[in-house]
Amino acid sequence: MLKVKDIDVFYGDVQVIWGVSFHVKKKEIVSLIGANGAGKSTILKTISGLLRPASGEVLFEGRPIHTIKPFKLIEMGIVHVPEARRLFVEMTVEENLDMGSLKAEAKKRREQTKEMVFELFPRLKERRRQIAGTLSGGEQQMLAIGRGLMSLPRLMMFDEPSLGLAPILVKEIFNVIKRIRDEGTTVLIVEQNVKQTLSIADRAYVLENGRIVMEGTGEEMLRNEHVKTAYLGV
Amino acid sequence: MDAVQVEVLLQTLIAGILLGGLYALIGIGMTLIMGVMKIINLAHGELMMVAMYLAYWLFVLFNIDPYLSVFIAAPLMFFFGMAIQKYLINPVLKVESILPENQVILTVGIGMVLANLATILFTSDYRSVPVEYASDAWYLSDFWRDSPVELSLSVPWSISFLFAVVITVALWFFLTRTDTGKSIRATAQDMDAAVLMGVNVERMRLITFGLGAALVGAAGCLFIPIYYLYPALGGRFTLIAFVITILGGLGSTVGAIIGGLILGIFESLTATYVGMGWAPVGRFAIFIAALIFLPGGVASILRRQRLGK
Ligand SMILES: Nc1ncnc2c1ncn2[C@@H]1O[C@H](COP(=O)(O)OP(=O)(O)OP(=O)(O)O)[C@@H](O)[C@H]1O
Ligand SMILES: [Mg+2]
Repeated sequence: MLKVKDIDVFYGDVQVIWGVSFHVKKKEIVSLIGANGAGKSTILKTISGLLRPASGEVLFEGRPIHTIKPFKLIEMGIVHVPEARRLFVEMTVEENLDMGSLKAEAKKRREQTKEMVFELFPRLKERRRQIAGTLSGGEQQMLAIGRGLMSLPRLMMFDEPSLGLAPILVKEIFNVIKRIRDEGTTVLIVEQNVKQTLSIADRAYVLENGRIVMEGTGEEMLRNEHVKTAYLGV
Repeated sequence: MDAVQVEVLLQTLIAGILLGGLYALIGIGMTLIMGVMKIINLAHGELMMVAMYLAYWLFVLFNIDPYLSVFIAAPLMFFFGMAIQKYLINPVLKVESILPENQVILTVGIGMVLANLATILFTSDYRSVPVEYASDAWYLSDFWRDSPVELSLSVPWSISFLFAVVITVALWFFLTRTDTGKSIRATAQDMDAAVLMGVNVERMRLITFGLGAALVGAAGCLFIPIYYLYPALGGRFTLIAFVITILGGLGSTVGAIIGGLILGIFESLTATYVGMGWAPVGRFAIFIAALIFLPGGVASILRRQRLGK
Protein backbone atom coordinates (compact mmCIF):
# COMPACT_ATOMS: atom_id res chain seq x y z
CA MET A 1 0.00 0.00 0.00
CA LEU A 2 2.76 2.41 1.02
CA LYS A 3 6.24 2.08 -0.39
CA VAL A 4 9.15 4.25 0.67
CA LYS A 5 12.06 3.78 -1.72
CA ASP A 6 15.59 4.80 -0.87
CA ILE A 7 14.86 8.30 0.44
CA ASP A 8 17.42 10.85 1.59
CA VAL A 9 16.08 13.75 3.62
CA PHE A 10 17.89 16.93 4.64
CA TYR A 11 17.24 19.83 6.98
CA GLY A 12 19.07 22.55 5.09
CA ASP A 13 22.52 21.08 4.53
CA VAL A 14 22.25 18.45 7.20
CA GLN A 15 21.27 14.99 6.06
CA VAL A 16 19.22 13.11 8.65
CA ILE A 17 17.72 10.25 6.62
CA TRP A 18 20.03 8.02 4.59
CA GLY A 19 18.65 5.73 1.91
CA VAL A 20 15.64 4.55 3.88
CA SER A 21 13.33 1.98 2.28
CA PHE A 22 10.37 0.17 3.77
CA HIS A 23 6.82 -0.72 2.96
CA VAL A 24 3.45 -1.16 4.58
CA LYS A 25 0.93 -3.68 3.32
CA LYS A 26 -2.82 -3.28 3.42
CA LYS A 27 -4.35 -3.74 6.89
CA GLU A 28 -0.99 -4.16 8.57
CA ILE A 29 0.26 -2.41 11.65
CA VAL A 30 3.85 -1.50 10.88
CA SER A 31 6.05 0.21 13.40
CA LEU A 32 9.21 2.25 13.16
CA ILE A 33 11.21 2.19 16.34
CA GLY A 34 14.31 4.11 17.22
CA ALA A 35 15.89 6.34 19.84
CA ASN A 36 15.44 10.09 20.17
CA GLY A 37 16.69 11.84 17.10
CA ALA A 38 16.86 8.70 14.99
CA GLY A 39 14.70 10.35 12.34
CA LYS A 40 11.30 8.75 12.92
CA SER A 41 9.29 11.97 12.80
CA THR A 42 11.28 13.13 9.83
CA ILE A 43 10.21 10.06 7.88
CA LEU A 44 6.54 10.58 8.69
CA LYS A 45 6.77 14.24 7.73
CA THR A 46 8.33 13.24 4.46
CA ILE A 47 5.52 10.80 3.72
CA SER A 48 2.90 13.44 4.49
CA GLY A 49 4.67 16.00 2.33
CA LEU A 50 5.74 18.51 4.98
CA LEU A 51 9.31 17.66 3.93
CA ARG A 52 10.55 16.63 0.51
CA PRO A 53 13.04 13.82 -0.06
CA ALA A 54 16.19 14.99 -1.83
CA SER A 55 16.19 11.66 -3.64
CA GLY A 56 14.13 8.51 -3.63
CA GLU A 57 10.40 7.99 -3.92
CA VAL A 58 7.30 7.61 -1.83
CA LEU A 59 4.54 5.58 -3.45
CA PHE A 60 1.00 5.15 -2.23
CA GLU A 61 -0.95 2.44 -4.02
CA GLY A 62 1.62 2.63 -6.76
CA ARG A 63 1.33 6.38 -7.27
CA PRO A 64 4.18 8.75 -6.37
CA ILE A 65 3.06 11.10 -3.58
CA HIS A 66 6.31 12.93 -2.83
CA THR A 67 5.62 15.32 -5.68
CA ILE A 68 2.02 16.30 -5.00
CA LYS A 69 0.93 19.21 -2.82
CA PRO A 70 0.89 18.12 0.84
CA PHE A 71 -2.66 19.28 1.54
CA LYS A 72 -3.92 16.87 -1.12
CA LEU A 73 -2.68 13.76 0.66
CA ILE A 74 -5.68 13.60 2.93
CA GLU A 75 -7.89 13.31 -0.14
CA MET A 76 -5.95 10.21 -1.13
CA GLY A 77 -6.75 8.62 2.21
CA ILE A 78 -3.55 9.28 4.17
CA VAL A 79 -3.69 11.03 7.51
CA HIS A 80 -0.85 11.89 9.86
CA VAL A 81 -1.53 12.23 13.61
CA PRO A 82 1.50 14.35 14.43
CA GLU A 83 3.92 14.29 17.32
CA ALA A 84 2.78 16.45 20.25
CA ARG A 85 -0.79 16.30 18.90
CA ARG A 86 -0.75 19.67 17.19
CA LEU A 87 -4.39 20.41 17.90
CA PHE A 88 -6.00 23.71 17.04
CA VAL A 89 -5.79 24.77 20.66
CA GLU A 90 -8.10 27.75 20.50
CA MET A 91 -10.89 25.83 18.82
CA THR A 92 -13.44 23.61 20.48
CA VAL A 93 -13.26 19.82 20.46
CA GLU A 94 -15.99 19.71 17.87
CA GLU A 95 -14.35 22.31 15.63
CA ASN A 96 -11.15 20.27 15.72
CA LEU A 97 -13.12 17.26 14.55
CA ASP A 98 -14.69 19.36 11.78
CA MET A 99 -11.20 20.29 10.65
CA GLY A 100 -10.47 16.60 10.20
CA SER A 101 -13.33 16.21 7.76
CA LEU A 102 -12.85 18.95 5.20
CA LYS A 103 -12.64 16.79 2.11
CA ALA A 104 -15.97 16.34 0.34
CA GLU A 105 -16.35 12.66 0.99
CA ALA A 106 -15.63 12.98 4.72
CA LYS A 107 -17.74 16.11 5.05
CA LYS A 108 -20.80 14.31 3.75
CA ARG A 109 -20.50 11.81 6.59
CA ARG A 110 -19.25 14.26 9.21
CA GLU A 111 -22.00 13.79 11.80
CA GLN A 112 -21.94 10.01 11.42
CA THR A 113 -18.18 9.80 11.82
CA LYS A 114 -18.35 12.15 14.78
CA GLU A 115 -20.74 9.78 16.53
CA MET A 116 -18.32 6.95 15.83
CA VAL A 117 -15.44 8.96 17.35
CA PHE A 118 -17.56 9.83 20.37
CA GLU A 119 -18.38 6.19 20.82
CA LEU A 120 -14.67 5.40 20.74
CA PHE A 121 -13.84 8.25 23.13
CA PRO A 122 -16.93 9.06 25.23
CA ARG A 123 -14.93 11.66 27.10
CA LEU A 124 -14.71 13.78 23.99
CA LYS A 125 -18.47 13.80 23.69
CA GLU A 126 -18.86 15.26 27.18
CA ARG A 127 -16.36 17.93 26.29
CA ARG A 128 -17.42 18.68 22.75
CA ARG A 129 -17.75 22.42 23.37
CA GLN A 130 -14.58 22.73 25.43
CA ILE A 131 -11.56 24.59 24.02
CA ALA A 132 -8.99 21.98 22.94
CA GLY A 133 -6.14 23.74 24.75
CA THR A 134 -7.87 23.10 28.07
CA LEU A 135 -8.12 19.33 27.65
CA SER A 136 -5.86 17.02 29.63
CA GLY A 137 -2.94 15.40 27.83
CA GLY A 138 -4.81 12.12 27.43
CA GLU A 139 -7.92 13.83 26.11
CA GLN A 140 -5.81 15.82 23.70
CA GLN A 141 -4.32 12.63 22.30
CA MET A 142 -7.81 11.17 21.92
CA LEU A 143 -8.86 14.29 20.07
CA ALA A 144 -5.81 14.14 17.81
CA ILE A 145 -6.70 10.55 16.92
CA GLY A 146 -10.37 11.44 16.55
CA ARG A 147 -9.52 14.34 14.26
CA GLY A 148 -7.48 11.96 12.11
CA LEU A 149 -10.31 9.42 12.00
CA MET A 150 -12.72 12.11 10.80
CA SER A 151 -11.01 12.05 7.41
CA LEU A 152 -12.00 8.38 6.91
CA PRO A 153 -8.38 7.43 6.25
CA ARG A 154 -7.14 4.28 4.62
CA LEU A 155 -3.64 4.78 5.99
CA MET A 156 -3.19 6.33 9.40
CA MET A 157 0.23 7.38 10.66
CA PHE A 158 0.78 7.93 14.38
CA ASP A 159 3.79 9.77 15.76
CA GLU A 160 4.37 8.79 19.39
CA PRO A 161 0.72 8.59 20.42
CA SER A 162 1.63 7.36 23.90
CA LEU A 163 3.99 10.23 24.69
CA GLY A 164 3.46 11.58 28.18
CA LEU A 165 0.44 9.43 29.02
CA ALA A 166 -0.19 7.38 32.16
CA PRO A 167 0.26 3.60 31.67
CA ILE A 168 -3.46 2.91 31.78
CA LEU A 169 -4.11 5.47 29.04
CA VAL A 170 -1.24 4.13 26.98
CA LYS A 171 -2.96 0.78 27.02
CA GLU A 172 -6.24 2.34 25.99
CA ILE A 173 -4.61 4.19 23.09
CA PHE A 174 -2.92 1.04 21.84
CA ASN A 175 -6.21 -0.84 22.05
CA VAL A 176 -7.85 1.87 19.99
CA ILE A 177 -5.12 1.67 17.38
CA LYS A 178 -5.61 -2.07 17.16
CA ARG A 179 -9.32 -1.57 16.79
CA ILE A 180 -8.80 0.98 14.04
CA ARG A 181 -6.75 -1.57 12.13
CA ASP A 182 -9.30 -4.32 12.75
CA GLU A 183 -11.91 -2.08 11.17
CA GLY A 184 -9.85 -1.92 8.00
CA THR A 185 -7.41 1.01 8.26
CA THR A 186 -3.73 0.41 7.66
CA VAL A 187 -1.45 1.73 10.41
CA LEU A 188 2.09 3.06 10.46
CA ILE A 189 3.21 3.90 13.97
CA VAL A 190 6.32 5.54 15.33
CA GLU A 191 7.00 4.92 19.00
CA GLN A 192 9.52 4.91 21.78
CA ASN A 193 7.26 2.72 23.83
CA VAL A 194 8.85 -0.23 22.11
CA LYS A 195 7.44 -3.17 24.02
CA GLN A 196 3.79 -2.27 23.66
CA THR A 197 4.24 -1.21 20.05
CA LEU A 198 5.93 -4.44 19.06
CA SER A 199 3.23 -6.46 20.73
CA ILE A 200 0.56 -4.96 18.46
CA ALA A 201 2.72 -4.57 15.34
CA ASP A 202 2.67 -7.09 12.51
CA ARG A 203 6.08 -5.93 11.36
CA ALA A 204 8.64 -3.44 12.54
CA TYR A 205 11.73 -1.61 11.36
CA VAL A 206 14.52 -0.37 13.58
CA LEU A 207 15.89 3.04 12.71
CA GLU A 208 19.30 4.16 13.94
CA ASN A 209 20.93 7.43 12.98
CA GLY A 210 18.69 7.86 9.98
CA ARG A 211 19.25 4.36 8.59
CA ILE A 212 17.16 1.22 8.82
CA VAL A 213 19.28 -1.40 10.54
CA MET A 214 16.83 -4.20 11.08
CA GLU A 215 13.41 -5.47 10.18
CA GLY A 216 11.14 -8.33 11.13
CA THR A 217 7.80 -9.31 12.56
CA GLY A 218 6.75 -7.87 15.90
CA GLU A 219 7.40 -11.17 17.64
CA GLU A 220 10.83 -11.65 16.08
CA MET A 221 11.80 -8.19 17.21
CA LEU A 222 10.64 -8.82 20.75
CA ARG A 223 12.95 -11.85 20.86
CA ASN A 224 15.90 -10.18 19.13
CA GLU A 225 18.97 -9.66 21.34
CA HIS A 226 19.90 -6.28 19.92
CA VAL A 227 16.38 -4.95 20.32
CA LYS A 228 16.22 -6.38 23.81
CA THR A 229 19.36 -4.68 25.00
CA ALA A 230 18.99 -1.41 23.10
CA TYR A 231 15.26 -0.75 23.38
CA LEU A 232 13.67 -3.03 25.92
CA GLY A 233 16.24 -2.54 28.63
CA VAL A 234 16.56 -6.22 29.42
CA MET B 1 -21.52 66.73 38.53
CA ASP B 2 -24.33 68.86 37.28
CA ALA B 3 -26.63 67.93 34.42
CA VAL B 4 -24.49 69.63 31.81
CA GLN B 5 -21.37 67.77 32.85
CA VAL B 6 -23.23 64.48 32.79
CA GLU B 7 -24.53 65.35 29.35
CA VAL B 8 -21.04 66.07 28.07
CA LEU B 9 -19.67 62.85 29.50
CA LEU B 10 -22.47 60.71 28.09
CA GLN B 11 -22.25 62.45 24.74
CA THR B 12 -18.49 61.82 24.69
CA LEU B 13 -18.92 58.15 25.52
CA ILE B 14 -21.53 57.74 22.79
CA ALA B 15 -19.22 59.35 20.26
CA GLY B 16 -16.39 57.12 21.46
CA ILE B 17 -18.40 53.93 21.07
CA LEU B 18 -19.57 54.92 17.58
CA LEU B 19 -16.00 55.67 16.54
CA GLY B 20 -14.76 52.52 18.28
CA GLY B 21 -17.11 50.35 16.24
CA LEU B 22 -15.55 51.62 13.03
CA TYR B 23 -12.06 51.31 14.46
CA ALA B 24 -12.82 47.70 15.36
CA LEU B 25 -13.68 46.96 11.75
CA ILE B 26 -10.35 48.40 10.63
CA GLY B 27 -8.46 46.53 13.35
CA ILE B 28 -10.09 43.17 12.64
CA GLY B 29 -8.86 43.26 9.05
CA MET B 30 -5.29 43.87 10.15
CA THR B 31 -5.38 41.31 12.92
CA LEU B 32 -6.76 38.60 10.60
CA ILE B 33 -3.89 39.19 8.20
CA MET B 34 -1.48 39.21 11.11
CA GLY B 35 -2.83 35.89 12.41
CA VAL B 36 -2.63 33.99 9.16
CA MET B 37 0.46 35.50 7.54
CA LYS B 38 2.39 36.56 10.62
CA ILE B 39 3.06 39.95 9.06
CA ILE B 40 1.80 43.41 9.92
CA ASN B 41 0.13 44.88 6.86
CA LEU B 42 1.41 48.45 6.92
CA ALA B 43 -0.59 49.28 3.77
CA HIS B 44 -3.83 48.77 5.66
CA GLY B 45 -4.85 52.42 5.93
CA GLU B 46 -3.93 53.03 2.30
CA LEU B 47 -6.27 50.22 1.27
CA MET B 48 -8.97 52.06 3.15
CA MET B 49 -8.07 55.26 1.34
CA VAL B 50 -8.44 53.49 -2.01
CA ALA B 51 -11.92 52.30 -1.04
CA MET B 52 -12.81 55.81 0.10
CA TYR B 53 -11.89 57.28 -3.28
CA LEU B 54 -13.94 54.55 -4.90
CA ALA B 55 -16.94 55.50 -2.80
CA TYR B 56 -16.27 59.18 -3.43
CA TRP B 57 -16.24 58.83 -7.21
CA LEU B 58 -19.21 56.48 -7.20
CA PHE B 59 -21.09 59.25 -5.44
CA VAL B 60 -19.85 62.13 -7.59
CA LEU B 61 -20.20 60.36 -10.94
CA PHE B 62 -23.19 58.10 -10.42
CA ASN B 63 -24.78 59.58 -7.33
CA ILE B 64 -24.47 56.28 -5.50
CA ASP B 65 -24.89 56.63 -1.75
CA PRO B 66 -21.73 55.71 0.22
CA TYR B 67 -23.66 53.13 2.19
CA LEU B 68 -24.60 51.43 -1.03
CA SER B 69 -20.96 51.65 -2.13
CA VAL B 70 -20.05 49.27 0.70
CA PHE B 71 -21.52 46.51 -1.44
CA ILE B 72 -19.47 47.58 -4.44
CA ALA B 73 -16.20 48.67 -2.85
CA ALA B 74 -15.84 45.77 -0.39
CA PRO B 75 -15.97 43.05 -3.09
CA LEU B 76 -13.64 45.06 -5.32
CA MET B 77 -11.21 45.51 -2.43
CA PHE B 78 -11.45 41.77 -1.77
CA PHE B 79 -10.08 41.06 -5.24
CA PHE B 80 -7.58 43.90 -5.00
CA GLY B 81 -6.28 42.45 -1.72
CA MET B 82 -6.02 38.97 -3.20
CA ALA B 83 -4.09 40.37 -6.16
CA ILE B 84 -1.64 42.15 -3.87
CA GLN B 85 -1.12 38.95 -1.91
CA LYS B 86 -0.71 36.82 -5.00
CA TYR B 87 1.48 39.02 -7.16
CA LEU B 88 3.45 41.07 -4.64
CA ILE B 89 3.62 39.45 -1.22
CA ASN B 90 3.65 35.76 -2.15
CA PRO B 91 6.65 35.99 -4.50
CA VAL B 92 8.62 37.68 -1.71
CA LEU B 93 7.45 35.03 0.75
CA LYS B 94 8.99 32.36 -1.43
CA VAL B 95 12.48 33.79 -1.46
CA GLU B 96 14.02 32.11 1.55
CA SER B 97 16.82 34.58 2.11
CA ILE B 98 14.28 37.32 2.71
CA LEU B 99 13.33 37.82 6.33
CA PRO B 100 9.72 38.33 7.39
CA GLU B 101 10.68 41.92 8.21
CA ASN B 102 11.15 42.48 4.51
CA GLN B 103 7.59 41.51 3.78
CA VAL B 104 6.53 44.18 6.22
CA ILE B 105 8.74 46.66 4.41
CA LEU B 106 7.10 45.55 1.19
CA THR B 107 3.70 46.48 2.58
CA VAL B 108 5.07 49.91 3.52
CA GLY B 109 6.15 50.29 -0.10
CA ILE B 110 2.74 49.24 -1.39
CA GLY B 111 1.16 51.82 0.90
CA MET B 112 3.46 54.58 -0.34
CA VAL B 113 2.76 53.75 -3.97
CA LEU B 114 -0.99 53.83 -3.36
CA ALA B 115 -0.80 57.15 -1.51
CA ASN B 116 1.35 58.73 -4.22
CA LEU B 117 -0.84 57.41 -7.01
CA ALA B 118 -3.85 58.93 -5.29
CA THR B 119 -2.06 62.26 -5.01
CA ILE B 120 -1.15 62.23 -8.69
CA LEU B 121 -4.62 61.23 -9.81
CA PHE B 122 -6.74 63.22 -7.41
CA THR B 123 -4.37 65.94 -6.04
CA SER B 124 -3.88 66.31 -2.34
CA ASP B 125 -7.11 68.29 -1.88
CA TYR B 126 -9.39 67.51 1.01
CA ARG B 127 -12.73 66.27 -0.23
CA SER B 128 -15.97 65.32 1.39
CA VAL B 129 -19.16 63.81 0.13
CA PRO B 130 -22.16 66.08 0.59
CA VAL B 131 -24.77 63.52 1.58
CA GLU B 132 -28.09 65.12 2.54
CA TYR B 133 -28.23 63.48 5.93
CA ALA B 134 -24.71 64.58 6.91
CA SER B 135 -25.88 66.70 9.83
CA ASP B 136 -29.14 64.96 10.73
CA ALA B 137 -29.46 63.80 14.28
CA TRP B 138 -31.89 62.19 16.67
CA TYR B 139 -32.51 63.89 19.99
CA LEU B 140 -33.39 62.15 23.19
CA SER B 141 -36.02 64.81 23.99
CA ASP B 142 -37.94 63.85 20.86
CA PHE B 143 -38.51 60.42 22.36
CA TRP B 144 -38.60 61.26 26.03
CA ARG B 145 -39.91 64.72 26.63
CA ASP B 146 -39.05 64.96 30.33
CA SER B 147 -35.56 63.56 30.05
CA PRO B 148 -33.27 65.18 32.61
CA VAL B 149 -30.41 65.30 30.11
CA GLU B 150 -30.40 66.10 26.43
CA LEU B 151 -28.42 63.77 24.16
CA SER B 152 -28.11 63.66 20.42
CA LEU B 153 -27.22 60.87 18.07
CA SER B 154 -25.87 61.71 14.64
CA VAL B 155 -27.75 59.86 11.90
CA PRO B 156 -24.77 59.04 9.65
CA TRP B 157 -22.57 58.05 12.60
CA SER B 158 -25.29 55.71 13.84
CA ILE B 159 -25.83 54.15 10.43
CA SER B 160 -22.09 53.66 9.97
CA PHE B 161 -21.86 52.07 13.39
CA LEU B 162 -24.75 49.73 12.68
CA PHE B 163 -23.16 48.70 9.39
CA ALA B 164 -19.92 47.98 11.24
CA VAL B 165 -21.74 45.83 13.79
CA VAL B 166 -23.61 43.88 11.13
CA ILE B 167 -20.42 43.27 9.13
CA THR B 168 -18.59 42.15 12.27
CA VAL B 169 -21.36 39.73 13.20
CA ALA B 170 -21.43 38.36 9.65
CA LEU B 171 -17.66 37.88 9.81
CA TRP B 172 -18.01 36.06 13.10
CA PHE B 173 -20.51 33.67 11.53
CA PHE B 174 -18.18 33.12 8.61
CA LEU B 175 -15.19 32.38 10.84
CA THR B 176 -17.01 30.04 13.22
CA ARG B 177 -19.67 28.37 11.11
CA THR B 178 -18.12 27.68 7.71
CA ASP B 179 -15.34 25.29 6.83
CA THR B 180 -13.43 28.04 5.05
CA GLY B 181 -13.70 30.25 8.12
CA LYS B 182 -12.54 27.47 10.40
CA SER B 183 -9.68 26.72 8.02
CA ILE B 184 -8.56 30.34 8.24
CA ARG B 185 -8.51 30.15 12.03
CA ALA B 186 -6.78 26.77 11.93
CA THR B 187 -4.09 28.15 9.62
CA ALA B 188 -3.48 31.00 12.05
CA GLN B 189 -3.18 28.60 15.00
CA ASP B 190 -0.99 25.89 13.48
CA MET B 191 -0.09 26.04 9.84
CA ASP B 192 1.52 22.60 9.52
CA ALA B 193 -1.36 20.90 11.30
CA ALA B 194 -3.76 22.70 8.95
CA VAL B 195 -1.84 21.36 5.97
CA LEU B 196 -2.05 17.85 7.40
CA MET B 197 -5.83 18.25 7.64
CA GLY B 198 -5.98 19.15 3.97
CA VAL B 199 -6.16 22.93 4.20
CA ASN B 200 -4.83 24.71 1.15
CA VAL B 201 -2.82 27.23 3.13
CA GLU B 202 -1.89 29.34 0.14
CA ARG B 203 -5.53 29.76 -0.72
CA MET B 204 -6.29 30.73 2.88
CA ARG B 205 -3.60 33.41 2.67
CA LEU B 206 -5.21 34.82 -0.45
CA ILE B 207 -8.69 34.80 1.06
CA THR B 208 -7.45 36.32 4.30
CA PHE B 209 -5.65 39.20 2.64
CA GLY B 210 -8.70 39.76 0.45
CA LEU B 211 -10.95 39.67 3.49
CA GLY B 212 -8.74 42.10 5.40
CA ALA B 213 -8.81 44.50 2.47
CA ALA B 214 -12.59 44.12 2.07
CA LEU B 215 -13.17 44.84 5.76
CA VAL B 216 -11.02 47.94 5.82
CA GLY B 217 -12.58 48.94 2.48
CA ALA B 218 -16.04 48.66 3.99
CA ALA B 219 -14.85 50.77 6.90
CA GLY B 220 -13.63 53.35 4.39
CA CYS B 221 -17.09 53.63 2.80
CA LEU B 222 -18.61 53.99 6.27
CA PHE B 223 -16.25 56.87 7.04
CA ILE B 224 -17.17 58.74 3.87
CA PRO B 225 -20.39 60.37 5.14
CA ILE B 226 -18.75 61.44 8.41
CA TYR B 227 -15.18 62.22 7.51
CA TYR B 228 -13.18 63.97 4.84
CA LEU B 229 -10.86 62.40 2.35
CA TYR B 230 -7.29 63.09 1.21
CA PRO B 231 -4.54 60.85 -0.18
CA ALA B 232 -2.32 60.88 2.92
CA LEU B 233 -5.03 59.73 5.30
CA GLY B 234 -3.92 56.13 4.93
CA GLY B 235 -0.86 56.46 7.12
CA ARG B 236 -2.94 57.74 9.97
CA PHE B 237 -5.35 54.83 9.78
CA THR B 238 -2.57 52.29 9.38
CA LEU B 239 -1.25 53.57 12.68
CA ILE B 240 -4.70 53.33 14.25
CA ALA B 241 -5.09 49.75 13.01
CA PHE B 242 -1.63 48.92 14.33
CA VAL B 243 -2.41 50.32 17.78
CA ILE B 244 -5.68 48.35 17.86
CA THR B 245 -3.87 45.16 16.84
CA ILE B 246 -1.31 45.58 19.61
CA LEU B 247 -3.97 46.59 22.12
CA GLY B 248 -6.15 43.63 21.19
CA GLY B 249 -3.36 41.08 21.00
CA LEU B 250 -1.82 40.05 17.69
CA GLY B 251 -4.16 37.89 15.68
CA SER B 252 -7.15 38.03 18.03
CA THR B 253 -10.43 39.14 16.46
CA VAL B 254 -12.28 39.58 19.74
CA GLY B 255 -9.25 41.45 20.99
CA ALA B 256 -9.44 43.76 17.98
CA ILE B 257 -13.09 44.54 18.66
CA ILE B 258 -12.40 45.41 22.28
CA GLY B 259 -9.20 47.24 21.31
CA GLY B 260 -11.12 49.29 18.75
CA LEU B 261 -13.74 50.28 21.29
CA ILE B 262 -11.14 51.17 23.91
CA LEU B 263 -9.27 53.34 21.45
CA GLY B 264 -12.45 55.02 20.18
CA ILE B 265 -13.64 55.87 23.68
CA PHE B 266 -10.20 56.98 24.80
CA GLU B 267 -9.78 59.28 21.79
CA SER B 268 -13.21 60.73 22.31
CA LEU B 269 -12.44 61.42 25.97
CA THR B 270 -9.12 63.10 25.10
CA ALA B 271 -10.81 65.23 22.46
CA THR B 272 -13.47 66.43 24.91
CA TYR B 273 -11.44 66.89 28.06
CA VAL B 274 -7.97 67.72 26.81
CA GLY B 275 -8.53 69.26 23.42
CA MET B 276 -9.43 68.38 19.86
CA GLY B 277 -5.86 68.18 18.64
CA TRP B 278 -4.75 65.85 21.40
CA ALA B 279 -6.34 62.65 20.11
CA PRO B 280 -3.14 61.43 18.39
CA VAL B 281 -1.22 61.98 21.61
CA GLY B 282 -3.79 59.95 23.50
CA ARG B 283 -3.50 57.23 20.89
CA PHE B 284 0.27 57.16 21.31
CA ALA B 285 -0.03 57.07 25.09
CA ILE B 286 -2.40 54.12 25.02
CA PHE B 287 -0.11 52.32 22.57
CA ILE B 288 2.88 52.66 24.85
CA ALA B 289 0.79 51.74 27.88
CA ALA B 290 -0.43 48.59 26.12
CA LEU B 291 3.11 47.58 25.20
CA ILE B 292 4.36 48.06 28.74
CA PHE B 293 1.47 46.88 30.89
CA LEU B 294 -0.34 44.44 28.61
CA PRO B 295 2.20 42.93 26.21
CA GLY B 296 -0.17 40.19 25.00
CA GLY B 297 -3.02 42.63 24.57
CA VAL B 298 -6.64 42.10 25.52
CA ALA B 299 -6.36 38.61 24.04
CA SER B 300 -3.97 37.52 26.79
CA ILE B 301 -6.59 38.40 29.42
CA LEU B 302 -9.30 36.58 27.49
CA ARG B 303 -7.09 33.54 27.09
CA ARG B 304 -6.18 33.47 30.74
CA GLN B 305 -9.84 33.50 31.65
CA ARG B 306 -10.80 30.82 29.20
CA LEU B 307 -7.94 28.51 30.05
CA GLY B 308 -8.62 29.11 33.73
CA LYS B 309 -5.04 30.12 34.46
N1 LIG C 1 13.52 21.45 11.81
C1 LIG C 1 14.72 20.86 11.95
N2 LIG C 1 15.84 21.50 11.59
C2 LIG C 1 17.04 20.91 11.71
N3 LIG C 1 17.23 19.69 12.20
C3 LIG C 1 16.15 18.99 12.59
C4 LIG C 1 14.83 19.55 12.50
N4 LIG C 1 13.95 18.64 12.96
C5 LIG C 1 14.68 17.57 13.33
N5 LIG C 1 16.00 17.76 13.12
C6 LIG C 1 17.08 16.81 13.39
O1 LIG C 1 16.83 15.65 12.64
C7 LIG C 1 17.13 14.49 13.39
C8 LIG C 1 15.94 13.57 13.39
O2 LIG C 1 14.85 14.21 14.04
P1 LIG C 1 13.43 13.54 14.23
O3 LIG C 1 12.54 14.56 14.82
O4 LIG C 1 13.02 12.91 12.98
O5 LIG C 1 13.76 12.42 15.30
P2 LIG C 1 12.79 11.40 16.02
O6 LIG C 1 13.30 10.05 15.71
O7 LIG C 1 11.40 11.69 15.70
O8 LIG C 1 13.09 11.71 17.55
P3 LIG C 1 12.09 11.79 18.80
O9 LIG C 1 11.90 10.39 19.24
O10 LIG C 1 12.86 12.57 19.82
O11 LIG C 1 10.83 12.44 18.36
C9 LIG C 1 17.55 14.97 14.76
O12 LIG C 1 18.95 14.93 14.82
C10 LIG C 1 17.07 16.39 14.83
O13 LIG C 1 17.93 17.19 15.60
MG1 LIG D 1 9.82 12.41 16.73
